[in-house]
Amino acid sequence: MVAIATATEASSLRIADLSKSFAVPGDPYARQLALDGISFLLAAGELVSLIGPSGCGKSTLLRLIAGLDSPDSGELFVGSEAIISPSAERGLVFQDPNLFPWLTVRRNIEAGLVARGVLREKRHEVEEFMRLVGLEGFANAYPHHLSGGMAQRVALARALINHPKVLLLDEPLGALDAFTRMRMQDEVLRLWQARRTTMFLVTHDIDESIYMSDRIMIMTPRPGRIDQIIPITLDRPRDRSSSDFLRLRSDILELLHFAGSPNE
Amino acid sequence: MLLFWEILGVSIVLSIAQSFWAGLRQRMRHMWPIFTAAILLLGLWDMITSGFHLLPLPYFPGPAAVLRSLISDRGLLADSTWHSLALLLSGYTLGVIVGLVSGVCIGWSTSVRYWGMPLLKVVGPIPATAWIPLAMVVAPSALVSAAGLIALAVWFPVTMLTASGVSNTRASYLDVARTLGAGRAYLIFRVAIPAAVPNIFIGLFMGLGASFLTLVVAESVGVKSGLGWYVSWAQGWAEYGKVFAALVIMAAFFSTVMTLLFKLRDRVLVWQKGMIKW
Repeated sequence: MVAIATATEASSLRIADLSKSFAVPGDPYARQLALDGISFLLAAGELVSLIGPSGCGKSTLLRLIAGLDSPDSGELFVGSEAIISPSAERGLVFQDPNLFPWLTVRRNIEAGLVARGVLREKRHEVEEFMRLVGLEGFANAYPHHLSGGMAQRVALARALINHPKVLLLDEPLGALDAFTRMRMQDEVLRLWQARRTTMFLVTHDIDESIYMSDRIMIMTPRPGRIDQIIPITLDRPRDRSSSDFLRLRSDILELLHFAGSPNE
Repeated sequence: MLLFWEILGVSIVLSIAQSFWAGLRQRMRHMWPIFTAAILLLGLWDMITSGFHLLPLPYFPGPAAVLRSLISDRGLLADSTWHSLALLLSGYTLGVIVGLVSGVCIGWSTSVRYWGMPLLKVVGPIPATAWIPLAMVVAPSALVSAAGLIALAVWFPVTMLTASGVSNTRASYLDVARTLGAGRAYLIFRVAIPAAVPNIFIGLFMGLGASFLTLVVAESVGVKSGLGWYVSWAQGWAEYGKVFAALVIMAAFFSTVMTLLFKLRDRVLVWQKGMIKW
């Protein structure tokens, strides 16, 4: 485990013994355990990804961290503050950018400032964040005019303008084509290196998780448990075709293959 | 030979003008079949009525008689149109405001929905005109009761569509807003209501249709002014030229109001451009 000093750092994320179950549709008495005793720690400024088969509770975990759902048991902390409700401290970017279609790009990026009632003081930052994600020319475009990659950049800028302590990414690049996806991975890394926001990335793309993260957590399905935590020590920028990269990739593939089967 | 020279004159002027004015030419190229059909229909109407007397008089006057009534009674018609407009706007505005407020409350709050929805479902479908006997007893004047009935007719569809739009706001929009630091006011006024606007406009259009109907009925039974009153008054004197003249005015009046609402929608829903097809 990481030292206690890091655990109390303002933008670290600590999850302790988290469990969550859901009602089973059609059966009033049965409950399906989605997450079972999840514990981990993200140090401040760390980029950690979570991979696992679909339906293993990755998104459920992210919703709990975001504060959009509450757990059956267990605790969640950002720094020393317990997570009890959604907050601008924990930004969330989904696979679908979920831009507000009735707002222009600029107004979408401003949304967090308006919601917190600080637009007047912070208006100058809007330009800065539009520049940061390379959208200066699109300030007055409506979301339905944007390509998938551009829309996701807006979503990133919209989350980052609140200077969240933790940025939660729920398969944010999952809907993009392979080329856009690789470009956006570099983009997210650039934002991360520039801002040192703690990032928690849920993905089902092994290459993406190796390319981007400091550590990879592998989750088993039903009920979701953290099965392995793999530190990635490759130097950045990483080479997707290096032998170390490929070796990690086959290791993780193997782990994922066996992770689902109770006989192993 | 009604309007023959007028139509001929306008055609000649237009055909000369279009060779200088490209915009007009574009428009005429698109519109000429409609114009032709309209002129032919007018001619057909003239032939059936004034020409061969195929329809009984005085119930079916020819276009010339209707035009004569339009011109000779223009003062009263203008006055009636003005009264109808004032009554329509006051009733419609009231209905829209109350409908939006009740729709947002029912759509957003589960407890308001629990109590409000049954009331809405039972009272709403009653045609507003069915309340006329009661409204005339309760309201201080016929004008007030008519405005109230129009408001009632508008209120129901606006409430229904607003409530469904608000309650069907995509959950992920609300989730995103929460993680951006939004409080309840932001969620209602800047997420749920904007998301419901396409629905709200459907309610506004349905309400507008209902308000025309209620306006005309209310004017012909209680209110002593407006186009609805004018029609029944002219019918009482068997002046069917005037009845048709009022119908012509109504067609122009109502379709203008409808067009204005379409224009408003196109402006408000500019973010949907290319997505809506009605």
